[in-house]
Amino acid sequence: MCRIGAIKSKKPVYPSMALRLMLPQQEGHDNSGFAMVMQDLAGVFSLYKDKPLLSMACTKQGARLVEDYMAAQNFIKMAEWLPVPNKQKGLDIQAMPYYIFRNYDYPEHIEDKERRETLLLDTRLELRKILTESKQGYIYSFWPDVLTLKEIGDPRDIATYFRLWDDTGVLLSKNIIVQCRQNTNYKIVRYAAHPFFLQGYTLCANGENTFYTKNKEFQKNLHRGYIGFESDSQNFLYTLHYVLHELKWSIPYYKHVITPLPFAEIAERPDRDILLSIRQSLAHLEINGPNTIIAGLPDGRMMTCCDSKKLRPVVVGGDDTTIAISSEVCGINEILPDRNMEKDIYPNEREVVVINNDLEVIRWKQ
Amino acid sequence: METVKTQDIAVNDLMWKIDYNAERCTMCGSCVASCTFKAIKVEVQRKSITLSQANKPEPVHQQCAIPVIKQVASIENACRGCGMCERVCPNNAIRAVRNPDNRRNLLSRDNGPIKRGGRTNLNAQRTLDKIIVGRISQMTDPSLDSQRHTFDIRSPLGRILSPKELPMQIENGKLVMTKKTPPVRWIYPLIFSDMSIGALSTRAWEAVAMATAYLNERCGLPVRMSSGEGGMPVKLMESDYLKYFIIQIASGHFGWNRIIKAMPRMKTDPAGVLIKIGQGAKPGDGGLLQAEKVAPHVQAIRGVPKATLSSPPNHQGLYSIEESVQKMHLSLNAAFGFRVPVAIKCAASSTSVSVYNNLLRDPYKICGGFFIDGIQGGTGAANEISLDHTGHPVVSKIRDCYNAAVEQGAQGQIPLYGGGGIGMTGNAAADAFKMICLGANGVFCGKILIQLLGCVGNEQGRCNACNTGKCPTGICTQNPRLVKRLDIDKGAQKIVDYVLAFDSELRKLMAPIGNSSLPVGRSDALVSTDKAIADKLGIQYVC
Repeated sequence: MCRIGAIKSKKPVYPSMALRLMLPQQEGHDNSGFAMVMQDLAGVFSLYKDKPLLSMACTKQGARLVEDYMAAQNFIKMAEWLPVPNKQKGLDIQAMPYYIFRNYDYPEHIEDKERRETLLLDTRLELRKILTESKQGYIYSFWPDVLTLKEIGDPRDIATYFRLWDDTGVLLSKNIIVQCRQNTNYKIVRYAAHPFFLQGYTLCANGENTFYTKNKEFQKNLHRGYIGFESDSQNFLYTLHYVLHELKWSIPYYKHVITPLPFAEIAERPDRDILLSIRQSLAHLEINGPNTIIAGLPDGRMMTCCDSKKLRPVVVGGDDTTIAISSEVCGINEILPDRNMEKDIYPNEREVVVINNDLEVIRWKQ
Repeated sequence: METVKTQDIAVNDLMWKIDYNAERCTMCGSCVASCTFKAIKVEVQRKSITLSQANKPEPVHQQCAIPVIKQVASIENACRGCGMCERVCPNNAIRAVRNPDNRRNLLSRDNGPIKRGGRTNLNAQRTLDKIIVGRISQMTDPSLDSQRHTFDIRSPLGRILSPKELPMQIENGKLVMTKKTPPVRWIYPLIFSDMSIGALSTRAWEAVAMATAYLNERCGLPVRMSSGEGGMPVKLMESDYLKYFIIQIASGHFGWNRIIKAMPRMKTDPAGVLIKIGQGAKPGDGGLLQAEKVAPHVQAIRGVPKATLSSPPNHQGLYSIEESVQKMHLSLNAAFGFRVPVAIKCAASSTSVSVYNNLLRDPYKICGGFFIDGIQGGTGAANEISLDHTGHPVVSKIRDCYNAAVEQGAQGQIPLYGGGGIGMTGNAAADAFKMICLGANGVFCGKILIQLLGCVGNEQGRCNACNTGKCPTGICTQNPRLVKRLDIDKGAQKIVDYVLAFDSELRKLMAPIGNSSLPVGRSDALVSTDKAIADKLGIQYVC
């Protein structure tokens, strides 16, 4: 089981805090990789929060291919952070030659939010295609105020490599979603490591999506951005994106889509017509296996929920400044030892927990 | 030397021979009385015997005439192997034995094509038995407990809109419906298939109907029963129980006079309407009810005289899919105020995918289900040539249709139901589960229901006399004396018990793959030990 975690804070925090959240949870294959998505950035990117930020790992040739493409599309380079790795011997990391985190300005003045979103997605998909076909690298996100770092290896060593333990003030953010394991079920592929990202939505999901085939077959036709499917957890992100971004429904309905209420319970509800229609029309997006989801929304809110049989754990705990979501409480104990543990929330199988930007915790039953 | 008349029918020309043991026979006559085909008769035989009846050997040779049971050497009265004689014999003196050297196919066409009931005897191969539920939840995810966890075993019947077509909008954070959507019923994934009053005795039909009502009212399983093309009792149509029935309309429109007249008095809507275009057992051939079975009550319910009732092979007036959708679907939808899903049943065919595509793309969105009936389905009467040589297996067809929908992102919009051979080996739950994983929303079955009532027919030529009106089990006959052989309470109970076991077995298959709701289209749960089947269905080949 992957351990997953997230930190939401009023003050920007370092990635090392995310690592300290995750490392105590290690078991078995955990800690075979490191992946995090940072949102609401401080540090080097704080001046360009409205400009799309490209996160990629590639070869020299890959970097050139991307630069050429971006130049051809009239994207203008703004800020850039190229980590200078600590290449000390004995580190367990399968490093790529280059890691590029770069802000661009839009090629033209596009006011329309939807058009911007479309452009950013299309650009990322095209870059991914270029890098995949040439086998020269990986692109993880291209979105304003969002940074993604993924690598294979021991997360401690990966952190050493990127100097994340140093807390140098380069990388900070108010929201971090993190996971420390490669997808050991299948081929080890960088794209298969969650968190996954799509148009502002970030998602980690541990567990087994037993309706993977159903989900995948359905999602393939729903949106051009629903690609890859290297991990059965990507389905959770695509469904989140579909429900909130495409259908423009609210969060409660995401839960109704992935873990619909039993028919007998629906029949008792005043909104049964709606719930039944959702269950009917989105039957192929149901998730029927064990899992926990931690998601970050474009507006900075975070949410978590579980499968309908509560076969995977999750706990939410924190104080006035910082709240963490974690598979296991030991991680939160490490980073927030002084919080009031009695206020920790262990969501049940029908519960959704949302943390808003004022760190208010809103919870409800499906 | 006596002249041998080779053209005469002899007992060894027939499919079944009677194995009779005169020494065990007590001459009770039960076997002769029980044989509805008059395949055996009592005859007096001259015998030369030597007997010793004293304490010490005193053999006496004598010629005597003794009564014996003898098989009738005629095609018309040929033994069907139903085994009623063996069943009633108190002394195990008689039984029917299959005759592999019979010449039945050559000798039975004097009066035209061979007609019979039952299912194909030629293409009874079992694809489903070469498929295994092979994706078992082990360590990466836990199996469920079939007895402890709750399972949501329901399937839709009705037209389902794609998510973006749903007439919903957000008001104060909550979705509200802005327009009516097509009616959808969530029912049990096992539908009792269409067997008409006429094909079945009224009592047999009633037994199935009783089982349906019991399963709904007492067991909480929303099993639905299709009426078959033969109308329904008016009393039933005017009762609350109508909601458990899917009324069928086929090319003969039999019974619809009464249905339409009953409509204003219906207290509740039926579960659905099923338009039968074709039947898997005899595709391209209409229904057939031989005059022998058109008893007075059948005449009354169908509004016909006593005559052989042939439903036309097609719906007169429907010449294209557009007309089918516009005329038939629309009018039937309208007839029940657009409150009742209207589904369509076709024989599986190489063209099924085209039909399904057209239904999926129809702009009115009024087809509430596509029922595909495979070659292994049963029937009350058909030409044997149709039964054995026309049709299409259903398993790959369901898969093809599902895949066609997947390609268009329209899976689930018109629920798929597969039938025709489901439960052929008695294991309907396993068959249903595999069909569901391949893309069916549910299955329908008929033959197994009458087998549960007592039908002894099988696909190795046993009995298959549903067309004759001489059904030895009282199921497919209108002869009141024969119908009395059927204990309908016991029959209904058998069906109920079977469905309850089916439900438990379905859970036993859902639990190991870790699913609490039906794994429609979860082909990754299946593997096949046959490479060709695996390739065709797009599942893993294993050995």
